[in-house]
Amino acid sequence: MQFWIIQTLNSVAFGGLLFLLSSGFSLIFGLMRIPNLAHGAFFMLGAYFGYTLLSLKFNFWLAAIGAGLGVGLVGIILERFVLRQLPGNAQGQVLVTLGLSFIVADLCLLVWTGDPMPLPAPAELRPPLRYFGLAFPTYRLVVLGLALVAAIGLYILMERTRIGAMIRAGVDDMEMARGVGIPVGRLFTMVFLLGAALAGTGGVLGGPILNAYPGLDADMLPLALIVVILGGAGSLLGAFVGSFVVGFLYNFGIALVPDLAYFVLFLPMVLVLVFLPQGLFGRVQL
Amino acid sequence: MNRGNLIALAIAAVLLLALPRIITHEFYINMASQCLIFAILALSINLMLGFGGMVSLGHAAYIGVAGYTCILLTVAGYHPLIAAIAALALSTASAALFGMLSLRAPGLGFLMITLALGQIVWGIAYRANTLTGGDNGISLPARPQPFGFDITTATSFYYFTLIVFAAAFFAMWRFSRSPFGASLMGTRDQPRRMRMLGHNVWMVQWLTFVIAGFWGSVGGLMFVYYNVFLSPHALTLQQSAEILLMAILGGASSLTGPVVGAVIITLIKNVVSTYVERWNTLLGAIFICVIIFMPLGLVPGFRALWLRLRNRNKPKAAAPATEPAE
Repeated sequence: MQFWIIQTLNSVAFGGLLFLLSSGFSLIFGLMRIPNLAHGAFFMLGAYFGYTLLSLKFNFWLAAIGAGLGVGLVGIILERFVLRQLPGNAQGQVLVTLGLSFIVADLCLLVWTGDPMPLPAPAELRPPLRYFGLAFPTYRLVVLGLALVAAIGLYILMERTRIGAMIRAGVDDMEMARGVGIPVGRLFTMVFLLGAALAGTGGVLGGPILNAYPGLDADMLPLALIVVILGGAGSLLGAFVGSFVVGFLYNFGIALVPDLAYFVLFLPMVLVLVFLPQGLFGRVQL
Repeated sequence: MNRGNLIALAIAAVLLLALPRIITHEFYINMASQCLIFAILALSINLMLGFGGMVSLGHAAYIGVAGYTCILLTVAGYHPLIAAIAALALSTASAALFGMLSLRAPGLGFLMITLALGQIVWGIAYRANTLTGGDNGISLPARPQPFGFDITTATSFYYFTLIVFAAAFFAMWRFSRSPFGASLMGTRDQPRRMRMLGHNVWMVQWLTFVIAGFWGSVGGLMFVYYNVFLSPHALTLQQSAEILLMAILGGASSLTGPVVGAVIITLIKNVVSTYVERWNTLLGAIFICVIIFMPLGLVPGFRALWLRLRNRNKPKAAAPATEPAE
């Protein structure tokens, strides 16, 4: 019983982290039609920023916010100064984000060395909650809660605000959005800021579970891709559902069939691609 | 093929054949073998990239499938030839499956799916400890002896690689000149018109994917024969990206481009790795610079430059107003 509870909680907490990572990825893809291959690097960079802020005796939550802002800044720089150099060349833009991810990963290795860096959870959340004679890991519940808050916040932003309406218009029909006077360029920067900041914050929140280590980016990026392939690009709901599906499959895969953890992810991806190539809730063609 | 190209090919062939005589040091001969192996890989990815306009980021998967199959069968006691054939067959079959999945999405979705598939192969190799040795990798007991020839020394392995490379280069040259190659370029530039003309666009792209997968497997097998060892590090996204970069740097859509790119990247990588640890930063920087400043790659770029210089020296015959009417 304890095993299943722990694994389930691990899965939903991991799913929450994946949502923070892949919601931004999905929005960027939906709006700009490019997969941002630096997104895994953003997540890792956030974890390392968080580590440094924590070692400077910052409060955990302040570290999470600070790392999010820092990574968001990196995202803005990438969008404004690099991707803008390649207008209309989607393929070039993708490859540039890939090149940037290598640079970020290598500089992280230079600055923070190759050893895994622990990010301790806030002290008050470390002891497990005890109910009915069973122990529940508190921190993971909090991560899940924060991911849900982020999901609701993003939903309100996307569905209830003017900016969200503009983003949705851009996702559905970029030419028309431009035509009716939506400042598409500024929207791109904003979505990039939002996506990068979410990934960076996710990196810090994931720190106590995953640690910060070289290769974290390469571990997380494919999971974000699979979430978006499953859930469909450009859709918050898709990212939400996809994140928890992948969170469960990946976690239980590692716990039950460690050798084949990745194969477990492969099957649903095949099924979705064969039967629903747009993903479960896709708004745009992959 | 015109006379200029024929002369260039003859010079290249003589140089490649004489190379072990020119650079006698074993270290450099091995580096030349590496260049040729990566040239095969870059040429194979270029079938998709240059002629088909499909950007794949999962090419290292074929190194994995072909390499692990070959090593595992050899370790299990099978004849090296059987192991090699089975490795190529299984790897090409996986290309057939990956192609079916990746081609469900046009454009950049294709790139995403190939990346995800490549990472899944990497993840399986990394996690399946009992089979692949996990992070530590596994060794090939010995290089094979094709037709009884010993290819353990640097020079003999170089010639073996050269033969395989020549076969691959010739096959891909034929491919690019074939009606099928022409229809592939048609699907790249005008998929709708090609469909109107009665071509099965999906089938053309899928067959290209499988052919590229086959040659990628050949390159992967040579990679394993060269290293006599395989670990998940050879299957990372970074490896796939390096192969892709070789094709882009040299210039996709030509056959010489990927070869030039493979040679340059392999040399830079070997030279830089001996002096500094920051190969990845340099790789990323080259990637970004090539994409922004040299999107067509070196070979087409220099060819255009050369033509412009040559035309400038000529008297007004080639003025821009009068396009050459051939």
